[in-house]
Amino acid sequence: MTISTGSASPTQIAPPEDKPGAKRELSFAAKFVARVGAQNLSLIVALIVLAAAIGSQNANFFSLPNMQVIGEGVAILGVLAVGQTVIMLLGGLDISVGSQAGLASVISAMVFTSSGSAIFGMAVAIVVGAVAGLVNALIIVYGRVNAVIATLATFAAYRGVVNLVSNGSAQGYTGGDDVFTFLSLGKIAGIPVLILVFLVIAALVYTMLTFTDIGRNIYAIGGNKVAARLSGLRINKYVIGAYMLMGVIAAIAGILLTARTGSGQPTSGSQGLELQVITAVALGGCALQGGKGSIIGTVLAVILLGVLTNGLQILGVNSFWQDIAQGTMLVIAVVIQQRRRGTRAVGLPD
Amino acid sequence: MNSTQNHDAEQPLHDTNGDAPPVLQMRGITKSFGPIRALSGVDLDVRAGEVLAVMGENGAGKSTILKILSGEHAPSSGSINLAGADRTFSSPFEAKAAGIRVIYQEPEILDDVSVAENVFIGSIPRHARFVSRHEVIAETQAVIDRLGFSSAISPTTLGSRLSPAQRQLVEILRALKDDSVAVIAFDEPTSSLSEHEVEALFAFIARLRASGTAVIYVSHRMKEIAEIADRVAVLRDGQSVFASLMSDTDESEMVRNMVGRDVFGAFDRDHTEAGEIVLEVKELTTADVSNISFHVRAGEVVAFSGLVGAGRTELAKALAGDAEILSGTIAISGEVQKLRSPIDAVRAGIGLAPEERKTEALVMTRSIKENISLVVLNSLTRARFVRRGLESGLVADYMKRLRVRAGSMDQEVKTLSGGNQQKVVVARWLARKPKVLILDEPTRGVDVGAKADIYRIIGELAAEGIAVVVISNELIEVIGLADRILVMRGGEIVGEVARADATEQNVLTLAISDSLDQPTNSGNVALEGTS
Repeated sequence: MTISTGSASPTQIAPPEDKPGAKRELSFAAKFVARVGAQNLSLIVALIVLAAAIGSQNANFFSLPNMQVIGEGVAILGVLAVGQTVIMLLGGLDISVGSQAGLASVISAMVFTSSGSAIFGMAVAIVVGAVAGLVNALIIVYGRVNAVIATLATFAAYRGVVNLVSNGSAQGYTGGDDVFTFLSLGKIAGIPVLILVFLVIAALVYTMLTFTDIGRNIYAIGGNKVAARLSGLRINKYVIGAYMLMGVIAAIAGILLTARTGSGQPTSGSQGLELQVITAVALGGCALQGGKGSIIGTVLAVILLGVLTNGLQILGVNSFWQDIAQGTMLVIAVVIQQRRRGTRAVGLPD
Repeated sequence: MNSTQNHDAEQPLHDTNGDAPPVLQMRGITKSFGPIRALSGVDLDVRAGEVLAVMGENGAGKSTILKILSGEHAPSSGSINLAGADRTFSSPFEAKAAGIRVIYQEPEILDDVSVAENVFIGSIPRHARFVSRHEVIAETQAVIDRLGFSSAISPTTLGSRLSPAQRQLVEILRALKDDSVAVIAFDEPTSSLSEHEVEALFAFIARLRASGTAVIYVSHRMKEIAEIADRVAVLRDGQSVFASLMSDTDESEMVRNMVGRDVFGAFDRDHTEAGEIVLEVKELTTADVSNISFHVRAGEVVAFSGLVGAGRTELAKALAGDAEILSGTIAISGEVQKLRSPIDAVRAGIGLAPEERKTEALVMTRSIKENISLVVLNSLTRARFVRRGLESGLVADYMKRLRVRAGSMDQEVKTLSGGNQQKVVVARWLARKPKVLILDEPTRGVDVGAKADIYRIIGELAAEGIAVVVISNELIEVIGLADRILVMRGGEIVGEVARADATEQNVLTLAISDSLDQPTNSGNVALEGTS
């Protein structure tokens, strides 16, 4: 056939595998992979292999108390990673999350100390978080600044604000307060509250992304912003909303940090967290260009990172090796993702 | 046509020494991209010191033949003989070394470096690894002087400050900075040039010809070809269909050879009587189109024809709220709409299935279902939760109606064929129940079977009372589908052809003719040809 017809003979039919309604019967395994997603499946496999390797060396790894240690260890990282997932699905990035968490930590402790109300302190911290997120969004949307640069700037600026208001030292003492203590040490149905907060936030955001029009539109905007614009979506609204949500979530992480350490921490516990957060989200399968990824992937990646850190700790491996292991795992994960996309190795990747 | 003869009289045809063997002979060039055959057995001869015009409709294969010549594509079969030796070019580099240059329509210019560095990109003179800026500028100036462009461009100007003509000039300087050029091809070089600049370019091409270079000149513009070309070759559907000395042919013969495909039954539909005016555009002007006025009635299919770059896609974008409207009005059912963004257009009932399906319409990594429900999703929710049953039912209806062939609605759209992807885009807008549906190149990259489906769907939409606007490069499609055809050229509507009068010739003549002052005349010429 040449294109010289440039035309259709109506009798011509499409290839047989395209017949309407012809559903190919999938094997159970294929259905399972399709349902869970290859990305999540590889994370689960990695998790099982890692747990088996560590458990075979030290049976204590599987003990309930150790599971709890792992869970509490990753809760704050996990909360932030859930927020970052939304941002990255839109095709953005927020490097200032650690600074925002530090800011919220100090504010919640200081307001609590001066007002005597833990709830009020937390509320103010959350409002401050929302404002910090809004500022990020306004710089990005209306200043037309690349998200990496914009949040790199506020990463430094928010850290400066924290140190300014706290004079660079820990603020207040929340260890005697019931609400803060409940957050750090309390349990509901035997599960530590710290872990529950992480799981609840993950579940809420998962629900939003999967079952609501908001989530669908986030995936659409991240997947193809021109198509989203031509379809009449208000893209700015979604970007602003996502960064504000990130601010609120970072504030919750900051409050958890205050509860765990018993005081408002300007740097300790939140500094460097942004890199771990981005590591977790990328490991979980979020594409930097947006539109691809899931909360389940992020949660699995957070657990994987927690198991890795914990495992190497209980095996007595030098902590420098932990950083190397974490970095190696991220590189391997992303290389595998890129291989599956099948892009040619020329110049800088998209 | 008169112009040809005048040209001959006042400036005798250049001595093409017809007996001399061509410096470049392309024989039986065939090129397939997957299942699509872009060229089948094209022959092209160019002699030293002559200008060969290559003409053809959009998609006739002109650009492909240039890309094969420049080594960018390897031909599937066929031979290229250059100066008596058979050659195969496996890269642009090899073609260049053999003395072949192609000047493309959209030159690649680095914005942040000077003209000199743009000209010598990739081969900057250096000592050890050190570049002498002074030397680069001096060498560029020497090239500029040698080619006679001293007054037109300076080697130190930044790329970003160049006019379209100067950008083209940089491309010419690049191509001709070494002496050993045997064949030079220009791909629609004048599309962004002013009349004065065109004259300068033609004077330059005349000098090239005089110096014995073989020149290939690809253009749609009849007037230019009459002025510059010694010989003409016409491509149609990837085949050589006509070749002649310019002195032996005329405009109507060339146009007749550019068109002439067989009409087929796929377009059969009931042309129902059109209803009320739904879309009315008055004196619309944007950065890319000017003074556009037309209307589309309910149940009518209005097609826009014209050459690539005539402003049709830009007009579609403006109607979809995606371009700044400088003046003029757009009214839907008599109500003037302020389209500040696509949000307003969607609300007004205008849907656009854009030309670039993959980059502008579809979210490739998401499912068919999510792509179809995209614009109606907020009406399918309760307390923001998507009502999945409702959504699936709606999506299933439209998939069935448009015959989207897929395993399930949860399949990612990137796994679909081009035709099914297009149906998904159309389904998305149908779900919104639009008053106006604009389809920009609805059958591009669509296989023949699905094409017939899409034609049928367009007929059905019109029958339901939607005002349908179709933009297409395929004349046969435009003529087969439309109740009325509006022809655009240079960002303006230059003519309207009713269904009854539409032939490929008169539509194409309107689209390519440069004689803006006498459109009716050229229309007559074309009509004579058909009878």
